Amino acid sequence: MIDHIAILIIFIFASILGATVVALSVFFGPKNPNRWKKTVYESGSEPFGDSRLKLDIKFYMIAISFIMFDVEAVFLIPWAVVAKKYGLYGFAVAFVFITILAIGLVYEWGRGGLEWD
Amino acid sequence: MLTDILLILLKIVAVVLLFAMPIGSLMTLLGDRKQSSMIQNRVGPNRARLSIIPGLGRLPLVGIPHFLADGLKMIFKEDAIPDGADRTWHNIVPAMALFPAIVMWAVIPFHDHYCTGEIVVQNYRDICVEGQTRNFFSIANLDAGLLYVFAISGVSVYGAAIAGWASNAKYSLIGGLRSSAQMISYEVSMALSVAGAILIYGTLNLNEMVVQQGHLIGGWLPMWGIVVQPLAFFIFLGAMMAETKRAPFDMPEGESEIVAGYFTEFSSMKFAVIQLSEYVATVFVGALIATIFLGGWQVPYLYGDGFHFGNTPTAALELPYWAVIALRIGAFSFKTIFILWLQFMLRWTLPRFRYDQVMNLGWKIFLPLSLANLVITAFVVAIL
Repeated sequence: MIDHIAILIIFIFASILGATVVALSVFFGPKNPNRWKKTVYESGSEPFGDSRLKLDIKFYMIAISFIMFDVEAVFLIPWAVVAKKYGLYGFAVAFVFITILAIGLVYEWGRGGLEWD
Repeated sequence: MLTDILLILLKIVAVVLLFAMPIGSLMTLLGDRKQSSMIQNRVGPNRARLSIIPGLGRLPLVGIPHFLADGLKMIFKEDAIPDGADRTWHNIVPAMALFPAIVMWAVIPFHDHYCTGEIVVQNYRDICVEGQTRNFFSIANLDAGLLYVFAISGVSVYGAAIAGWASNAKYSLIGGLRSSAQMISYEVSMALSVAGAILIYGTLNLNEMVVQQGHLIGGWLPMWGIVVQPLAFFIFLGAMMAETKRAPFDMPEGESEIVAGYFTEFSSMKFAVIQLSEYVATVFVGALIATIFLGGWQVPYLYGDGFHFGNTPTAALELPYWAVIALRIGAFSFKTIFILWLQFMLRWTLPRFRYDQVMNLGWKIFLPLSLANLVITAFVVAIL
């Protein structure tokens, strides 16, 4: 119980620390904006168009693969904690699970889902 | 109850403000500037002087006044927010970046639980008899310690991604996208490579992991993570370096391509906070790798009552308990700083990767290797 309270306290501590440090420059820094300070930096040329561009589909592919393999890790870590108790049977069951996911990785690799130009 | 909460506050201040932050910010100076200047055959920072303290006014002090001056200077700089930026998120994001870097420290054990009674050493473990154990040397002794670390490091993706989006600048957006894609890619191999170590220790509690690393294989070889899981150590080191966007993996902020990546449009203390959170995260990588793979606070052959050579009940060289604690905390700090030094050496030795190389390394090399490492480890553990 006390350990969970400790986690809560460090959450509050970190939030307050972050807010204070950011607020410091808001209070102490000068405030004289002009047109050139308020434009975004694009290596000296005038910025044009909306900056929130359409994203490349590859980033979505990475995100989808991430979900698949992160869920795999979520299943494997609890197994890893208790694997010693279950011996060869536990290993065989996990091996089937890992093999199916490895086939998934090979399939995605073969279809070019991991290619980056 | 009140004393418990005061103790927790004391521990948080000690760990975060007296250990993580000073080492993190000192490393910005010594690691990033002085070490880089030595590698590149320059002098590095040497102009600032501490002239307010008599006697030190003429000494360069290896450039330490520069780092004090930089921190102070940032407070008095203008906070410029570009037109079209999302002001709310632009203000919140630096704190969001600092938050995970600090709260991750909650589970790092700096020493075993303090024993009020007498310590008996059995089978390479300190057993506390006639007394209680008190948790003085880690902020929270969570049973799911390592899962907590993974959870918080998942949250740290948001800081970079939102910073890139909120600035309304093209360089920032590209930097934010690159950093989020890179961080989630390496999170997979990070979790899977360390699963092998979890298999061997059979626990997620970081302090219990360190206690088990005190075991001696054959009576002489310490059972550190790097000895039983050498491949996982290298995969984990690489993945964690990519997570913190350091070293050859600094694509998200590649200076020669996208200016400063996701924090191009941040100035004054906001910029300093994002930088500081990166350095604190780098120190955390050192501490976590030291805990899982380098024996944490363990000194080889040193147990609660002194040095034991082999599985003996009495110590070959007895030491008082305070000396053991001091040696162990010193060893932990040394290991952390060693991993940090290694990261900075790699940063200034290797050229930056191309982005497709980073992605190939994560998905096509680290991920299959960590899966293979897990299967082989599981097989060996199952037949033994």
